[in-house]
Amino acid sequence: MSDITDLSFSELKKMLQKKSLSSTEITTAFLDRIESLNPELNTFITITRDEAMQSAKNADKAISRGTATAYTGIPIAHKDLFCTDGVLTTCGSKILSNFVAPYDAHVVSRCKAAGLVSLGKLNMDEFAMGSSNENSYFGPVRNPWDKTRVPGGSSGGSAAAVAAKLTPLATATDTGGSIRQPAAFTGTSGLKPTYGRVSRFGMIAYASSLDQGGLIAHTAEDLAHGLGLIAGHDSRDSTSAELPVPDYTEVLSDSLAGKVIGLPKQFFDANLNTAMRNAMDAVLDVLKSLGATTVEISLNHVAEAIPAYYVIAPAEASSNLSRFDGVRFGYRADKPTDVLDLYERSRSEGFGSEVKRRILIGTYALSEGYYDAYYKKAQQIRRLIRDDFNRALASCDLIFGPSTPSTAFGIGEKNSDPVSMYLEDIYTVATNLAGLPGGSFQAPLVNGLPTGYQLTGPAFGESIILNAAYQVQTATDWHRLNPGGL
Amino acid sequence: MSLTSDHVKRVAKLARLGLTDAETTETLTQLNSILDLVDQMQRINTKDVVPLAHPLELKQTLRADEVTEMDQREKFQNTAPQADDGLYLVPRVVE
Amino acid sequence: MYEAVIGLEVHVQLSTNSKIFSGSSTDFGAEPNSQASLIDLGMPGVLPVPNAKAFEMAVKFGLAIDAEIGQKSIFDRKNYFYPDLPKGYQISQFEKPIVGPGRVLISLEDGTKKTINVTRAHLEEDAGKSIHDAFDGMTGVDLNRAGTPLLEIVSEPELRSAKEAVAYLKVIHSIVRYLDISDGNMAEGSMRCDCNVSIRPEGSATLGTRTEIKNVNSFRFVEKAINTEINRQIDILEDGGRVIQETRLYDPDREETRSMRSKEEANDYRYFPDPDLLPVVLDDSFIETCRVNLPELPEARKARYISEYGITDYDAGVLVADRDVADYFAEVANTSGEGKLAANWVMGSILAELNQTGGSITNFSVTARQLSHLIGRIKDNTLNSKTAKTVFEALLAGEGEVDAIIEFKGLVQVTDTGAIEVIVDEVIAENPDQVANYRAASEDKKSKMLGFFVGQVMKKSQGKANPQAVNQILSSKLSG
Repeated sequence: MSDITDLSFSELKKMLQKKSLSSTEITTAFLDRIESLNPELNTFITITRDEAMQSAKNADKAISRGTATAYTGIPIAHKDLFCTDGVLTTCGSKILSNFVAPYDAHVVSRCKAAGLVSLGKLNMDEFAMGSSNENSYFGPVRNPWDKTRVPGGSSGGSAAAVAAKLTPLATATDTGGSIRQPAAFTGTSGLKPTYGRVSRFGMIAYASSLDQGGLIAHTAEDLAHGLGLIAGHDSRDSTSAELPVPDYTEVLSDSLAGKVIGLPKQFFDANLNTAMRNAMDAVLDVLKSLGATTVEISLNHVAEAIPAYYVIAPAEASSNLSRFDGVRFGYRADKPTDVLDLYERSRSEGFGSEVKRRILIGTYALSEGYYDAYYKKAQQIRRLIRDDFNRALASCDLIFGPSTPSTAFGIGEKNSDPVSMYLEDIYTVATNLAGLPGGSFQAPLVNGLPTGYQLTGPAFGESIILNAAYQVQTATDWHRLNPGGL
Repeated sequence: MSLTSDHVKRVAKLARLGLTDAETTETLTQLNSILDLVDQMQRINTKDVVPLAHPLELKQTLRADEVTEMDQREKFQNTAPQADDGLYLVPRVVE
Repeated sequence: MYEAVIGLEVHVQLSTNSKIFSGSSTDFGAEPNSQASLIDLGMPGVLPVPNAKAFEMAVKFGLAIDAEIGQKSIFDRKNYFYPDLPKGYQISQFEKPIVGPGRVLISLEDGTKKTINVTRAHLEEDAGKSIHDAFDGMTGVDLNRAGTPLLEIVSEPELRSAKEAVAYLKVIHSIVRYLDISDGNMAEGSMRCDCNVSIRPEGSATLGTRTEIKNVNSFRFVEKAINTEINRQIDILEDGGRVIQETRLYDPDREETRSMRSKEEANDYRYFPDPDLLPVVLDDSFIETCRVNLPELPEARKARYISEYGITDYDAGVLVADRDVADYFAEVANTSGEGKLAANWVMGSILAELNQTGGSITNFSVTARQLSHLIGRIKDNTLNSKTAKTVFEALLAGEGEVDAIIEFKGLVQVTDTGAIEVIVDEVIAENPDQVANYRAASEDKKSKMLGFFVGQVMKKSQGKANPQAVNQILSSKLSG
C-alpha cells in the first residue's frame, strides 16, 4: 500500500468506510508530513495539531458508534480567510496577524458538521490579492514542483498543500482566478463554483460581487464530494442562491458523447505559446476521443475583462477593507496621537503594498468625478462580458481554454511590475465577472511543470464541469503525476 | 487620465493610508501604469449599456424582524486592541 | 431684509425589534456593546441581511405622505471613517430610495396652511455612540445603536422660518407616531434633525450658501438653533462677510452654533451599490397590504373629531397632533358622551400638566376612564367646575377614584335651596354696605356686582353650592 498521504479524498473516504484506516491514523500521517515539509513550503500559517487530533478521535468514536457521516474523519485545511472560531484567522495580513476569529464561517461549520478534521489554516496572498502568494505577511509559499517557483495565488497555500500531499482537500476562494491559476501551477484540480453557490458568510471579503468559495483537491471526484458539502443556500448571505444542491458525484460517470465544447477564438490566438497550445490540444484530443465535439466561439469583450476587473475588484476592496481600522480587532499602531493617526498608521503599517495599491486604485475609481469613467464603465463592460458568455453557452455545453498563459514563474520574477502580475489572470477573470462556475484541471506537464486547462460552464452547471474533468481523469494520468524530491 | 502626486495624497487621505513622500512617488508610478491598463476599457462603446452590479441579477430576500443575537460582548472584546468598561477605546475625538 | 431658506433632514429610528441588517435587539439603554453582534461590529467576513419590517414601515410612511414608492430600491455604501461607524461605511440608499417625492401639509399659527414637499425618504443604518467624557484622553465607543434602522426624511428647502420648520417637524413626528413606526422620542434620539439653513435678500431667487446644523434633538432646540443660525448669517452678511458652507453644532447652553472641526474636511463619500446586498423589489401586493393596514392619519382624524364631537377646528388640531393624546381624548369623549367638555379638560388641564412636567399621556396618573367619570359627575350636577378641579387634583395626586374622593372630601354639590338661602341670608347680613351699593346701582352694573356676593356664598359653602341656584336666590333676595 502507498503512503496514507498519497491517498485522495475519495480514496480516504473508502478506507474509513471499510475501517481499513482510522481517522487518527490518517490525521497523524498528514500532520507529520505537514510538520516535516511545511518549513520549506510555508503552506500553513497555523497548524492545529491538538484540535485535529481531538476531532480525529471524535471521528473514530462516531464511526465505531455508527453515527458518522459519509465524510467523518477525513482531513481538510482551510484557506486563512475562512473564519474559524477560536483559531487565528489572518487573511495573510499583518493587520489580522493577531485576530482569533470569534465565529466559524459557513463553509467551516459545514465541514465540521460533516465530521471533517481541520488540520489548520493555509497561507495565501494578503486579502486574496495576488497571483503568486508572494503578497503574504507570512512569507511566500513555494511550489512543491520547483521550490524556486511560485505556486500561484491567491490560494497558493491551498494548492501547494494539496500538491505536496499535506492535505487531501483544501478550501480556497477565487475572485479573479485565485483557485484556478494556483491549481494549474501545482498540478491539482480546483473548482470555483457559480457566484452564489457557496455562502460567503465568514469568508473575509476582497471583492464581494466576485468572491466565491471553492475547493482544491487531487481529482474532480474529490471536488464533487467536497462541493456537495459546502454548497447550498445560507440565509446569512443575501447573495447566496436559493437552489437545491444536486449530488455532484452522481453524474461523474456520464458519457461525454454529444457534448459540445466551445473554444473561444480569443483564447487560442497568437498570444498563446506553442507549448501551452500543445498541452491544450492534448486535452482536447482526449475530450474528442470521449465523444465530445468542439465548436469555435467568440467572447468579444474578453480583452476588456482585466481592465474592468481592476476597477471593480479594487473599488469593492477599498470599501470592504475600511473596517480594518485598529478599533475593534486586529493590529493597532503603537501610541496613536489621535484618531487620524490611529487610522493612518494602523492601516499603512498593517497592510502590505499590493493591498494598499488596490485600496488606492479603488478609492480613486469611486471618487467624485471619476465614478462614471471608471466604476460605472467597468460595470457596463461587465454586462457585455456576461452577455457574451450567455450567448456562447447557448451554443455549447462548456467553454474550454488554458487556465494560465504559462507554467509557474519564479519567485520574485514579477514583483517589480504589478501590471504583468495582473495579466496572469487573463483567462480566468472573465468567468468571475460573469459569475459562472469554472474549474482548472491537470493538463500535460510542460518542461516538467504542471499546466492546467479550464472549463467554464453555465450558471449552476458545476456538474457538467466535474463530469467532463472526471472523464478526462479516467482516461489519463496527468492528475496522478507527483512533484518529485519532497 | 494620469494621476499627480496630489491625487495620490488626496486618495490616500480618503482611504486613511499614511504614505511617506517616497511611498507617494513610488505609488504614483505604479498607479499610473495600472490606470493605463484600466483605460483600455475606454475603447469599448458602452452607451446605453445598463451597469451590472451582480452577475446573477437576483432579488433580495428579507429577514423576519426577530431578535436572534445574544450578548457575546466578552468574547468579541477579547480580540479588541483596547476596551474598558464594555467600551472600545480610541484616542479622544474632538467634535 | 433677509429671507431664510430651510430644509430639514429628519432621521427617524424605526421601532423594529431587531436591527436593520442583524438580529440584534434595538432596545434603548442596554449595557454598552451588549447589543452589538458580529454584524453590528463589522467583524471580518460578516454580511448584512435586511429586515422586512423596516421596509414595511418605510412604505407606510411613503403612503402616508402620498409619495411614490420605490418598488426597486438599492442599498449603497456611504464611505467615511469614524470610530462609531464600524465598517468604515454606512449602508444607506442613494440613487434608488424606498420613498420618492411626497408632501405634507403644515398649519401655521395664523391658521394658514402650506404644503411642504418631501424630496425622498430612505432606509439606512444608524451609527454607534461616542462617549467623550468617561475616560481621560480617550473616547469610548458603544455600538449598541449601530445598525438600528433609520428612515431619513429629506424635505425640499421650502421652509421659510424656524416656526415653519418646527411645524413641519411636528407633522412628521405626528405621522410616524400615528403609523406606529417610531416612538419619536427626541430626548432618546429616536428622532433627530439636521437643519440646512441659508439666507438671501428677500425677493432673490438664488440660494445663499447653506450651513448644516447636525443632530438637533428637540422641537424647542430646532427653533432656537435655526433662529440663532439665521441671526449669525445675517450678522456675517451685514458685516460684509461670506457664509462658509460647513457643518455646525448647536450648543443649547450657550445658545450658539459652532463649527464642527471633526467634519470640516470636504467629504467624498464614494457612494456605490453595496455588493453584499441585492436590489429590494417590492411587489404590488406588499405595497397594497401596507396601504390596507394604514391607520387613520392625523388630518383624517381631525376632520372626524370635528364632525363627531362637535369641537372646533383649532381644538381638533391640538388634540390630534399626538396620537396618544387623541386616543385618550376619544376615549373620554366616547365614554362620557361630552365631546366639548372632554376637549376642554384634555386641553386645559391635561396638556397643561404634561407641558409643565414633560410627562407622557400614556402613563399619566389620571386615566381616561377616571376623567370620563369626573365629567359624568359634572353632568349630573354632583360637581361644579370648582369642585371638579379639586377632584382632578386629587386624582393627579393618586388619592383614589372619583366618587371616593367626592365622598372623602365632602364635595357633593349643595343643590338644596333651603341650605343655600341660609348662607345667602348670612352673606347679606354681613355685608350691609355692599348690599346698599348694589341696590343703588343701575341694572347693567348690578350684574357685575353680583359676582362679589356669589363669591362670598361659594366661599362659605366651600365651593359646594350649585352656582345656578346661588345666582337665582341672590338676585331675588338682593332685589327684595
